[in-house]
Amino acid sequence: MRQTTKIFPNTNGERARPGRSQRRPRRWLWLPETFSNRYIPRFPSSARGRAEQQPGRLCSPRKLTCETRRLTFLIALFALNFSCHAARIGDLSESNIGEQALRFFTLQDPSVRYALIGSILLGITCGLLGSFIVVRKMALVGDALSHAVLPGVALGFLWNMSKDPLTIFIGATVAGLLGTATVAAIKQTTRLKEDTVLGMVLAGFFSIGICLVTMIQHLPTGNKSGVDKFLFGQAAAISAEDVQLMGIITVLSIAAIVVFYKEFLVTSFDSGFARAIGFPIRLIHHALMLLLAFAVVIALQAVGVVLVSAMLITPAAAAYLLTDRMHRMLLLASIFGMLAGMAGAFFSFLGPSLPTGPFMVLGASAVFGLAFLFGPRHGVVMRWWNHRSRAQRIQNENTLKSIYHVLEGRDFRGEGVSLRELAERRRETLDEAKRQSDNLRRKGLATLHEDGNLVFVTPAGWQRACTIVRNHRLWELYLTSEAKVAADHVHDDAEKIEHILGDEVVRELEKRLEYATEDPHGRAIPSLADMQKGMSSQQPGTVTGYGKKRG
Amino acid sequence: MQLPPSSTAAIVQPANGEVPLEIHDLTVAYHKKPVLWGIDVVVPKGKLVGIVGPNGAGKSTLIKAVMGILPISSGWVKIFGKPFKKNLTRVGYVPQRESVDWDFPVSVMDVVLMGRYGRLGLLKRPTKHDRDVARECLEKVKMLPYANRQISNLSGGQQQRVFLARALAQESDLYFMDEPFAGVDAATESAIIELLHELKEKGKTLLVVHHDLPTARNYFDMLLLLNMRVVAFGPTEEVFTYELLQKTYGGRLTILSEVAEAVRQKS
Repeated sequence: MRQTTKIFPNTNGERARPGRSQRRPRRWLWLPETFSNRYIPRFPSSARGRAEQQPGRLCSPRKLTCETRRLTFLIALFALNFSCHAARIGDLSESNIGEQALRFFTLQDPSVRYALIGSILLGITCGLLGSFIVVRKMALVGDALSHAVLPGVALGFLWNMSKDPLTIFIGATVAGLLGTATVAAIKQTTRLKEDTVLGMVLAGFFSIGICLVTMIQHLPTGNKSGVDKFLFGQAAAISAEDVQLMGIITVLSIAAIVVFYKEFLVTSFDSGFARAIGFPIRLIHHALMLLLAFAVVIALQAVGVVLVSAMLITPAAAAYLLTDRMHRMLLLASIFGMLAGMAGAFFSFLGPSLPTGPFMVLGASAVFGLAFLFGPRHGVVMRWWNHRSRAQRIQNENTLKSIYHVLEGRDFRGEGVSLRELAERRRETLDEAKRQSDNLRRKGLATLHEDGNLVFVTPAGWQRACTIVRNHRLWELYLTSEAKVAADHVHDDAEKIEHILGDEVVRELEKRLEYATEDPHGRAIPSLADMQKGMSSQQPGTVTGYGKKRG
Repeated sequence: MQLPPSSTAAIVQPANGEVPLEIHDLTVAYHKKPVLWGIDVVVPKGKLVGIVGPNGAGKSTLIKAVMGILPISSGWVKIFGKPFKKNLTRVGYVPQRESVDWDFPVSVMDVVLMGRYGRLGLLKRPTKHDRDVARECLEKVKMLPYANRQISNLSGGQQQRVFLARALAQESDLYFMDEPFAGVDAATESAIIELLHELKEKGKTLLVVHHDLPTARNYFDMLLLLNMRVVAFGPTEEVFTYELLQKTYGGRLTILSEVAEAVRQKS
């Protein structure tokens, strides 16, 4: 009952449904505090009536299970939240998501423009600097830096009790650099390793920041709105001055990276060498940290302290998966950062008071997910596909080899190989032999007789079969004659090698083995002429002079 | 406490006055623990010098300290008669292969071009001439076909060749190489040693940290036997003796290690 009165301050105790307070799920309280604060105490009178009816109506049917009721209640709360806003705030006349989207894309609203431009700028800056953070393996440093700025933000706010971008910017930058300096100092004077120190300093500074922010929120005077937004970010809170500042920092970062690209590159790759050629590696490192601090600070407003490091790392990580060159990585990372920024600004705009940071990071994570799955070289799908097609090719080649063996077994008399022979040779069932011959047929390597029981290799198939058998036997011969491996040890090895020997290696093998014609087990090695000639009813070699030395 | 003698080997006086490398009373400490004591070396021009010693003898430390990568506790170093910082472009460097991340998103060409950066100075970009030089250097180590590959696709020997090509691109007169033969195939090893001899013929001076004693004898003109101090420095045939190697590798230097440890704890 107490809860009920607390949440609906003007509701009469008797009018509330009995037992409602116990049944009401409290789990919705996980919502960010700002969210709930905005929603409850400012309940407009017009919406209150609905608030009393709607949950009650939804909860009354007894057949609903407890979970369903909770869920519907949650949904109702959300729905209510939207409608309440529509009713309460005059400037937000539309409640519909579609209309909000339209408002976003037409960019009529200056606040929408600022939010979008700001998000794009921060995406570019974070992507650029994040690339260097990733290749320098400093991801945790970015995280520590971003958490360390919070006390600076709070102190910057306290300086003149307003959200003046410049004082907050200075405060945050100083705090961030102080944080990294603390890390460096502890690392140098103790034997603790960097990750430990980073974790410690990160949490310590962040805690100071949280204390200060909480303190500010409980101050009796002053315009303190918006300080809490620095935790999860609110792109809508970006002002014209913020955009100016972001623009300056973005231009500064791009200029620094373009002008000092060579220096950043060589110090990141090989700092010892950079030092040996006289580059000021400390100075370059500090310059990068300063730029990083700037990037974190301008991103704060939109992404929030908690998630800003993800905007540094995730777009760069996605770019790292997609390219092998630093300049392309920089370009891709800034594009990804920009896309993520736009996505975050858009989705957070759809609903009132939605935090921007999580949506931006989700956008970046989605880009990373796509790169991870569908990257042309390192992507999971591509690798799976390559693996699969390789496995398929090897299986086809093994089937062709078996056909060759069957034909060889009867001195190449008769052209067709029956499925039964094939299955026996491969020690498989008829069904499997049938399936494999079908695969060969699809690749144009074999044809099947009408009744489906006889397999004939096509000229292409014959050539492939000869090549594989030739590779196998050449390799066996090489292992026994040159590497002095026992003849009964070489088969399994050759089974794998036969599929990967390239033409050049085969030519080299032929030369080294002096164009030998017999493998260590005394069987003929099919010659190039046999492949060219195609299959005939006669044993290879009897026509073409098989068994004589060539060349 | 008896400090080690500064150098037991005869210091070879330069013939033409220009000394590539002169190290005087160099002491280097890691975290306040001395790892090199009073090093005195004068390297004459046009020699291929091997730096040999057991693990932890300070071989890499010596060349890093000479190039200013590590701070010097006392003593001084002169490169062609000037402090290192004034003569940067006359020194080439091949770091240990493991010192970098080979997954870094750069191509072979990019790495070799880094050898030109020192000559370019700040703010300037590599020109066509620099690219031509880089290509020539890649050709010399037979890595030109790989110029556009990413460096992670290379074998150990190929990576070492790339580092060597980068050092060649520096077009220096004095080279420091940190274990260029570590983990490379035999073909690369002989190709590298051939290249080193070729450089020497051109009047370059090379100091090479080397791990493998048996080959050291054949590879180098001069040897620097190092174990926290210079045990011996001189022509290979004079220095490569049982007594001196015993002195370098044998456990006779425990007193030095103990003192070093004491110094660390006191400070």
